[in-house]
Amino acid sequence: MSSVPPPALDFATSAINQSLSNSQKIGLFTLMVRIRRFEQAALKYYNAGKMGGFLHLYIGQEAVAVGTISLAGPDDHFITAYRDHGHALAVGMGMNECMAEMFGKQSGCSKGKGGSMHFFAPDKNFWGGHGIVAGQTPLGLGLAFGLKYLEREGCCLCYLGDGAVNQGTFHESLNLSGLFEIPVVFVIENNGYSMGTSQERSSAYSGCLAQRAEAYGIEWDVIDGSDVYEVRAKTHIAMERARKQHKPTLLEIDTYRYYGHSVADANAKKYRTPEEIENYKQNHDPITLLRRRLITDGLLTDASADAIHLAAAEEAAVAVKFADEAPIPTLADISTDIYWESDHQTPASKIGRHFFND
Amino acid sequence: MSRTLTYRAALREGLDEELARDPNVVLMGEEVAQYNGAYKVTEGLWKKWGSKRVFDTPISEAGFIGMGIGASMLGVRPVMELMFWSFHSVAFDQLVNNAACVRYMSGGLCHCPIVVRGPANGGTGVGATHSHIPEALFAAFPGLKVCAPATPADAKGLIKAAIRDNDPVYVMENTLLYGNSGEVPDLEAGDHIVPLGMADIKRQGTDVSLIAHGRSVIQCLAAAEILQTEHGIHCEVLDLRSIRPLDQDAILNTVRKTHRVVLVDESKPFGGVSAMVGMLIQEHAFDALDAPIKRVCSIDAPAIYSPHIEHEQLPNPKRIVAKVLTLA
Repeated sequence: MSSVPPPALDFATSAINQSLSNSQKIGLFTLMVRIRRFEQAALKYYNAGKMGGFLHLYIGQEAVAVGTISLAGPDDHFITAYRDHGHALAVGMGMNECMAEMFGKQSGCSKGKGGSMHFFAPDKNFWGGHGIVAGQTPLGLGLAFGLKYLEREGCCLCYLGDGAVNQGTFHESLNLSGLFEIPVVFVIENNGYSMGTSQERSSAYSGCLAQRAEAYGIEWDVIDGSDVYEVRAKTHIAMERARKQHKPTLLEIDTYRYYGHSVADANAKKYRTPEEIENYKQNHDPITLLRRRLITDGLLTDASADAIHLAAAEEAAVAVKFADEAPIPTLADISTDIYWESDHQTPASKIGRHFFND
Repeated sequence: MSRTLTYRAALREGLDEELARDPNVVLMGEEVAQYNGAYKVTEGLWKKWGSKRVFDTPISEAGFIGMGIGASMLGVRPVMELMFWSFHSVAFDQLVNNAACVRYMSGGLCHCPIVVRGPANGGTGVGATHSHIPEALFAAFPGLKVCAPATPADAKGLIKAAIRDNDPVYVMENTLLYGNSGEVPDLEAGDHIVPLGMADIKRQGTDVSLIAHGRSVIQCLAAAEILQTEHGIHCEVLDLRSIRPLDQDAILNTVRKTHRVVLVDESKPFGGVSAMVGMLIQEHAFDALDAPIKRVCSIDAPAIYSPHIEHEQLPNPKRIVAKVLTLA
């Protein structure tokens, strides 16, 4: 196995990371571990038949959501695609409501109406959870447009996968963000594969995917997604550019997923070699790297790190129990949350027929 | 009291009033600002309200409509012009997956108070790509609301209702109606709102009900006049105005009054608005019918270009009269 040289720069020393307290650094680690343990529990119970549909796991990519969202100010907003569990936990959603959503339960974050791909928490500035590749990119643009229009200082982080960069709406969103000077940061979470097709087989590019931003006069950067400190240091610059200058940025964060595109991806181990996956686990896993770092820095011990894992696994087990025991949606639930006016029984909702069942 | 306005000016007055009422209302679209609107609906509004409230977008329908949907989730009230509703197809994912479904998929946590407006009609010699009539298409998605005004007063009243509604409303206008004039209530009479979901009898009659929306209402009124003067048949003309929500009571009431129905619909026959209305009539007023429900739709083909024949593909007074006479 080839060893990979350490990063040339130590981003732990950048100002945004030096401002972290010891407990905040441990908090980053804890959140990454919680995401992983949540996903492992989800996989176990997906395979046990407790969930329908697809399950797109975030395992391996944790430093992206945790690093970027740890920079959130009070009016920064987040929107992503269907691989959304990591972002959901990072903004502060609870394991219970997220697990219950996947179990299709009334107590789910979307009342069992959205499923794994459609988690939302507007009260935590999290706007989904979107199923169509790149379909969320103009929405992220629009959230940032809204911040600027309403004269609120903040930005929107709009996440997409490397498979989304060839969709037309993404390019339309880039163009509009540059043209209208919108405070949005597009974050390509580049895990190397658009479903089962590698980057080399799906994208024509020069240098890297983020470089496409140059065509739109937009700043861009590439980030090592295995180092949560680098993620924070570079994303912070982009967010400040958005908040203070209303200038968009396109970030490409190189990361990796251990599992397939979804758990239903039967070819997950065919388009990647076992060596490739093993190399990532040993040398690039963001949790492993941060654990080593925090132990070296004297913030954690093996025992305390293991205790964090144990607590996260227990929390996930509690969420599974909560989800399993939660009530299922009723037939009546099918017909709510369609129109705001109907849900609020407004005068407008009483005029004319809105629904056409019998 | 009222005055005469064109359909175009009535729409503009409604937009202007809503811009004045709510600082979060913004108008955007291709050529809506500095060019004064491809069809001059928004003429003068950029000059009056400035570039923050009224602005031009590039030709990028999926991009700017998606942007409006995202902004609406945060409290902005975008009114977005499609230069032609025919261009819906390049923004379909945004119009359907995002606007129609975001409330549902979030379990009611999000809502999407947008208006998308523009002309949706055939009859202008621009061929199939520019002549789509998608009101039934969008009305088929729960979460969306659709209306299609036929007169200047309804155009003003419906655009104002659409902007105030907290759900996505798609307003289907008509380039061939923009220049039509009609009575619109005076400003002193207060806000002129036409609620979504409320049909309107545009002509009283006793023999046959003509049920239509949009420009087909105007064609029905012309046909009704011919039928009365030349054939002694008194048609009632019901203007649906709103497709979803739909005024089912008004539909059933006119059927129970006349017992004969011709549905007139610029959509194509398969799955058009009239297909839905016909289903509701047979389900709820079967016993009131003295004859089968008949329809006059656009002839079932992509829109033909030729100006010599295009008007024959669309519902027109001649076709409506002929269809009514089959019931006599």
